[in-house]
Amino acid sequence: MLLLALESSCDETAAAVVKDGRQIRSNLIASQVELHAVYGGVVPELASRRHLEVINPLVEEALSKASVNKAELEGIVVTRGPGLVGALLVGVSFAKAFAYALGIPLIGVHHIEGHILAIQLEQQVDFPFLAAAVSGGHTHLYRVEGIGRYRLLGRTVDDAAGEAFDKVAKMLGLGYPGGPIIDKLAATHDDGGIVFPRPLLKKNTLDFSFSGVKTAVLNYLHRLENPPGEELIGRIACAFQTAVVDVLTQKILRAAEAENLERIVVAGGVACNSGLRQHLSRLTEGSERTVYFPSPVLCADNAAMLAVAGDYYLSRGASSGFDLNAVSSWPLEQVVWG
Amino acid sequence: MNSYITLSEDEEETENIGVELGRLLKQPALILLQGNLGAGKTVLARGIARGLGVDERVPITSPTFTLMNHYSARLDLYHFDLYRLSDPDELLEIGFDDYAYGQGVALVEWPEKLESQQPDGLWISLRRISEQRREIEFRARGLDSQTLLSCLSERMAWSESEKSR
Repeated sequence: MLLLALESSCDETAAAVVKDGRQIRSNLIASQVELHAVYGGVVPELASRRHLEVINPLVEEALSKASVNKAELEGIVVTRGPGLVGALLVGVSFAKAFAYALGIPLIGVHHIEGHILAIQLEQQVDFPFLAAAVSGGHTHLYRVEGIGRYRLLGRTVDDAAGEAFDKVAKMLGLGYPGGPIIDKLAATHDDGGIVFPRPLLKKNTLDFSFSGVKTAVLNYLHRLENPPGEELIGRIACAFQTAVVDVLTQKILRAAEAENLERIVVAGGVACNSGLRQHLSRLTEGSERTVYFPSPVLCADNAAMLAVAGDYYLSRGASSGFDLNAVSSWPLEQVVWG
Repeated sequence: MNSYITLSEDEEETENIGVELGRLLKQPALILLQGNLGAGKTVLARGIARGLGVDERVPITSPTFTLMNHYSARLDLYHFDLYRLSDPDELLEIGFDDYAYGQGVALVEWPEKLESQQPDGLWISLRRISEQRREIEFRARGLDSQTLLSCLSERMAWSESEKSR
């Protein structure tokens, strides 16, 4: 099927045209990072206003980039949740109107479902596999049996990994978003002997906790007599990233082992982190396990990723009604298709 | 009773103070939590949630990214984090008033973002004394909160005396 996909759950407005849930014809993200940088965080209303402003021209652009006429579209897939309701509603309302006007089916899918299936647009990863969804709002491990069949294995009990990156970056006086800035500093500095704790690592659980690492960085900063200079900030960033990457990596491998899964997919914004990519790839090298990372554009909040599940559902006759509503909290295990 | 100050020696004690408060909540309430990054707002919030009867298996996670997390309990709990808001108008957009003055308990981190409004409710501020120790100050605005605070301070004085016995 030839699908139009729309994503507007948080910062990014995104539109894509995808054929058969495989072939990306266009995949555009109207990045709002510049707008948000001034505020040191995502600014929700700004986000929904901006979604509203850019969604029309963005869809036009996605269609024209794909050389596709509206009339050729066979369905629409949109993020239904979880996310900020005001932001989600922009995409959902647009999708409903578009589907109604064109007389084509519509389906609302889960944002994280999009992320963990995004890799399928680049290479086929056979089911079952372990999926780690790691972003600003999520740090969740799932066993994926197939599209629409997910089982939660572990999750953060406090802050998400990406959120910890943002908050620590703020403490260190670095900009927003914190992840890429800390990653860059970590790559060019050593930890200078600084060690931050690895919460829950010794415990027999697949859950994560990142609030403690954040507090450890704060305590370290409080103990300093003078504000840290550039060199020390780099070292703290490196030590922080090392701790977070260590926890993520070890829990991911532990989950893969416990579930006896050979394939591991890491998805979401934090999957772009070069420290995580290197460490996890190194630890799986030469083992029976293979780890897959989508390319950066598919790790970000994009729309093409939604088309994998969207195409699967729609081509099996499942679709959403025009009463489709946005939902702010929606556990992935409660997705009831497939 | 308009204000009450206590010391918490560590995270566990902060959470327990939250549990005590949560248990006392019998009717809709607005609780406003102040304190810097790492002061223990989310820890206290977790205690309040447990005291209200939110299932132990449900993690009480940070609402920074989602803005609001909803939990079902004896009274519904709406856990807000206004950290990312830049303009009080944005509160309308997220339906804040409907929750804050509704049928449940609204727990609000970073109420400074409410700007000039100083709504009636139980104001709690956490101050970092040392790595572990926190000073927790309660201030009641409005009659309902004053009653709540009186009950809480009695409970806490009682458990203090139990401890020292």
